[in-house]
Amino acid sequence: MTGIWIIARITFQEAVRKKLLGMALAAGAAFLILFATAVHFQAAGFQERHVPLFLQRQIFSAMQMVGMYAINFLIVAMTVLTSVDTISGEIASGTVQAIAMKPIDRWQLMTGKWLGFCGMLTAYALVMIAGVNLVSAGMLGTSARHLPVAFALMWMESMLLLSTTLCLSVSFSTLTTGVLVLGLHGLAFLGGWIEQAGSLTDTPKAVLAGVAASLVMPSEALWRRAAFEMQSPLATAINVSPFSGASVPSSSMIVYAALYTCVALGLAVHRLNARDL
Amino acid sequence: MQSLISAAQTQDATAAAGGIDPADLAISTKSLRKVFRDKVAVRGLTLDVRRGEVFGFLGPNGAGKSTSVKMLLGLVKPTLGSARLLGKPIGDREARRRVGFLPEHFRFYDWLTSEELLRVHGQLCGLRGDELARRIPRMLDTVGLTPHAGKQLRDYSKGMLQRIGLAQALIHQPDLIILDEPTSGLDPVGRRLVRDIIRRQKERGATVFLNSHLLSEVEVTCDRVAFIRAGTVIEIREVKEFERSYRNVVARVGRLAENALHELEAWGTEVRLKGSYLSMRLHAAEFAPRVVQYLVEHGVEVYEFTPQRITLEDRFLEIVSGDEGL
Ligand SMILES: Nc1ncnc2c1ncn2[C@@H]1O[C@H](COP(=O)(O)OP(=O)(O)OP(=O)(O)O)[C@@H](O)[C@H]1O
Ligand SMILES: [Mg+2]
Repeated sequence: MTGIWIIARITFQEAVRKKLLGMALAAGAAFLILFATAVHFQAAGFQERHVPLFLQRQIFSAMQMVGMYAINFLIVAMTVLTSVDTISGEIASGTVQAIAMKPIDRWQLMTGKWLGFCGMLTAYALVMIAGVNLVSAGMLGTSARHLPVAFALMWMESMLLLSTTLCLSVSFSTLTTGVLVLGLHGLAFLGGWIEQAGSLTDTPKAVLAGVAASLVMPSEALWRRAAFEMQSPLATAINVSPFSGASVPSSSMIVYAALYTCVALGLAVHRLNARDL
Repeated sequence: MQSLISAAQTQDATAAAGGIDPADLAISTKSLRKVFRDKVAVRGLTLDVRRGEVFGFLGPNGAGKSTSVKMLLGLVKPTLGSARLLGKPIGDREARRRVGFLPEHFRFYDWLTSEELLRVHGQLCGLRGDELARRIPRMLDTVGLTPHAGKQLRDYSKGMLQRIGLAQALIHQPDLIILDEPTSGLDPVGRRLVRDIIRRQKERGATVFLNSHLLSEVEVTCDRVAFIRAGTVIEIREVKEFERSYRNVVARVGRLAENALHELEAWGTEVRLKGSYLSMRLHAAEFAPRVVQYLVEHGVEVYEFTPQRITLEDRFLEIVSGDEGL
């Protein structure tokens, strides 16, 4: 058990010491300042022009979703970029040899890395999501609905991508892994849009294609479910966007994503066990 | 064919180990084989290393030394064959707890200081608290890195990295120490340091398994050596044998009768006369006096008679060039 924690700790430490986490948080802070500025000017504009309250609500809600969407993107990028090199890079450089011959098992090595990244990404997601919602709560008096559920879903998306990245990086080089994971995520993103459009235009076959893409990589489905949870039913009904709820991923899709994550991690361990270092 | 070779080697190795109880062996391998796709890296390694000895593992580049070592440590999966480390099957966690390893190219997180690196490695080996805290400065001192203890690894030179690699292999006082080219990148002081460290580890009762190309170092540090080529053990020898192996002789002589060269073949081979220099390789070192006696009795004037030792290097070069005779 202790072996896992040593590896987890050093993985987390690496993110801190390489100034990765610090830089990401600094970029996040810049983002929050921009967001707060936009909200401030928008609110001031509304006051001047006496925009109907109903429309104000809609626009602020949309802004908040854009903010959350941007953060979701940052979390995805952070997940893939920080973890893509850890396994493949250490195998390529030989760093892993001095670790893997120590009295720890390879599953502990993989799990430790996963936990280290999990800790770092969870902290990052928490700070960012709390940041956006504190800004909007403080300035507008509203924040996203069902925040804990939404946070859990976005966190799941991060863990899903983390497990997939670690799994692929056992067998592929850093660059290939990055291209593969982002490619899969792009596929899921496109699938999401196809599904929405198909649903709005009553084209079941398009919806099916979109769902199929989500089965290949359910990351974007988690975001869409999170977006659905965060918005009021009214806002959901009139939107067509990546945050729209025209076709909401079902609970089965959430369960599927959770299973996908476990299988990816299991496969990562299995492959690491099988390969020469 | 393959099985014949392995069988022959098994006999050889058992004989070399002197029928020792398997529990007294630090390393014991049977027909270990590794094939990378279509490349045979290790053909069939059968080898016994006794506890407490310093064992040299010699062979040309690409002979399969590093691959063999990685198989022993469970880093590379053997295609065939089996091996035991400290009495346990390879890959066993308890066995690995008692093994220290310096990889061929030691690399580690370059954002760590050497103190932190030793702490991580010590912890991974199960060391804790005070014990670990006491050993770190001692280890840094052993490898001569105390003045650089607080530096990050990215600021280290190649030789300094090699030294800290050596320290992490020794921090938990392992029973078996496997060093893959420990002197690579080290200056003469560093090489001397490695020699002293190996000697001290042996005194402590540890077994040292050493891959090295520095044959002069091997000659002074090792008890036994194995020569391997193309992933097969060619021979295993006591290093002391080399000290006793005065089997080449060179003599400066006066005029020699025609048939003398032929008659001298009774005691050796490769009898040659170049100018006034007679050289030959004796069947055994004990024949040297007989040759002198023959020359004197046949009225040949002997100005010089020099037995020459076969060095590890001579034997190594013979093996590399594919000559199996000795
Ligand atoms: N991962 C690998 N994939 C394919 N071939 C490999 C791999 N590792 C080693 N080899 C091949 O196996 C052979 C033995 O390599 P190894 O590194 O064990 O040699 P070595 O005896 O340690 O050589 P050196 O003295 O240069 O360190 C070489 O021909 C090498 O090309
Ligand atoms: Mg090597």
